[in-house]
Amino acid sequence: MSALPAGDGMRTPSAGEGMRALPVGDHALLVEVSSGDAAQALHAELLRRRGEGTLSVREIVPAARTVLLDGLDDPARLAERLPTWDIPPMPPRTDEAIEIPVRYDGPDLADVAALWGVPEHQVPEIHSAAEFRVAFCGFAPGFAYLTGLPSRYDVPRRATPRTTVPAGSVALAGPYTGVYPRSSPGGWQLIGTTDAVLWDHARVPAALLAPGALVRFVPARCS
Amino acid sequence: MTDRALSVVRAGLLTTVQDQGRPGHAHLGVPRSGALDGPAAALVNRLVGNPAEAAVLETTLNGCALRPRSAVTVAVAGAPCPVTVDGRPAAWGAPVHVPAGALLDVGHARAGLRGYVAVSGGVAVDPVLGSRSTDLLSGLGPPPLSDGMVLPLGRPDTLHARVDVVPHVAPPAELVLRVTPGPRADWFTASAVRTLTTGAYRVSSASNRIGLRTNGPSLERAVSGELPSEGMVLGAVQVPPDGRPVVFLADHPTTGGYPVIAVVRSTDLPAAAQAVPGTPVRFVAVRRR
Repeated sequence: MSALPAGDGMRTPSAGEGMRALPVGDHALLVEVSSGDAAQALHAELLRRRGEGTLSVREIVPAARTVLLDGLDDPARLAERLPTWDIPPMPPRTDEAIEIPVRYDGPDLADVAALWGVPEHQVPEIHSAAEFRVAFCGFAPGFAYLTGLPSRYDVPRRATPRTTVPAGSVALAGPYTGVYPRSSPGGWQLIGTTDAVLWDHARVPAALLAPGALVRFVPARCS
Repeated sequence: MTDRALSVVRAGLLTTVQDQGRPGHAHLGVPRSGALDGPAAALVNRLVGNPAEAAVLETTLNGCALRPRSAVTVAVAGAPCPVTVDGRPAAWGAPVHVPAGALLDVGHARAGLRGYVAVSGGVAVDPVLGSRSTDLLSGLGPPPLSDGMVLPLGRPDTLHARVDVVPHVAPPAELVLRVTPGPRADWFTASAVRTLTTGAYRVSSASNRIGLRTNGPSLERAVSGELPSEGMVLGAVQVPPDGRPVVFLADHPTTGGYPVIAVVRSTDLPAAAQAVPGTPVRFVAVRRR
């Protein structure tokens, strides 16, 4: 391995290092990388290549540590080529963050404060100071897994999931923040509520948050 | 309302509107959905002269009864069953003329599970993300049929039926699912991988449009940790904590956190749609194409 050029201290290794491409059936590949950041970088590179027409695939599904490519003509050939790709780390985004107004009034606010070891009023301050990115979507249409909080603020799921979590609940689990697009059962820690419409299939685009989007939570006054 | 409509007289156990589904939105958490027995849905559309993308009805076990407000051509296929028009026997697997106001009854399946009913012009409910399919996981698309519901119909094409009659293929007594191993076969013991392809599994009554659940020997994990959520494909054989393999069907979640030991060939999934609870299931390992 060659030494980094002097004065290029910001340069990081290709996000593709340690990549594994696992075959999935006859027409898909599950590409596994070493971190969530690497998965987001790989996802961005896959979108770029699909956009320029050099990658033909029906679905590109990012997740926690993987990106699934479904609907490939020749997965084996792509699996051979992937390790040779130079995958740049995620560039700092210049586009505007999507702002989601939140009333920090969730029933688990005190529990989250205790897990974080901070007074309750600091939870909204810490949460709304972070810049989030949609790592991936899943669970329900429009449900985004957002990363951006430092890892010391990871929290476990609740020991007993709730049978009903109201639509618009802003919640934490593991390294993720999520917003429930509709009422559903759920085990995440609820810290607030928003009136933002996460999913509306009559709207274009239907999903407010798509993988790669930048997001900020803005404290709204309780009414 | 226009007379291009269909009244639901008897909705049946579970009857849904289905077309070719809404692939391409998995990254937003949207399942592909669509007819579980795609070839049967395509066939009934051909029989009535509809384009392949027209929406049909998918019935479950005991059919449904419908009353069109205008004369239509219908075709019933998939699971073989009796068909009547105003009480008189009509053909299964062939175009049938139903006069305005007559009662079409699609009876209980004699074999298999899911019937497909095409109506000339297609079921014309509003599409969601390009598809009229009911998705039972996420709730997208129209709700399942209920008694008294009225479904709009599209204008019939001038296409002529491209087939006249279809051979009657009884669903096999055993469901054979060819699988390729992975992507997470290494999360299981070597004996679990053998058990999958040698064990005596049967279709569980807990099966639905989301997945074909099985009863049979439990598959033992070699890795006990949690798998971070990852993308899931149609036909994935996911193994939940109880160790009994589940084959993902059209309404499957787009991501999941239980390891996938193998993937079923997509050409074997229409047969899975017709397998009644209790049907023996044999997973056969095949080489990747």
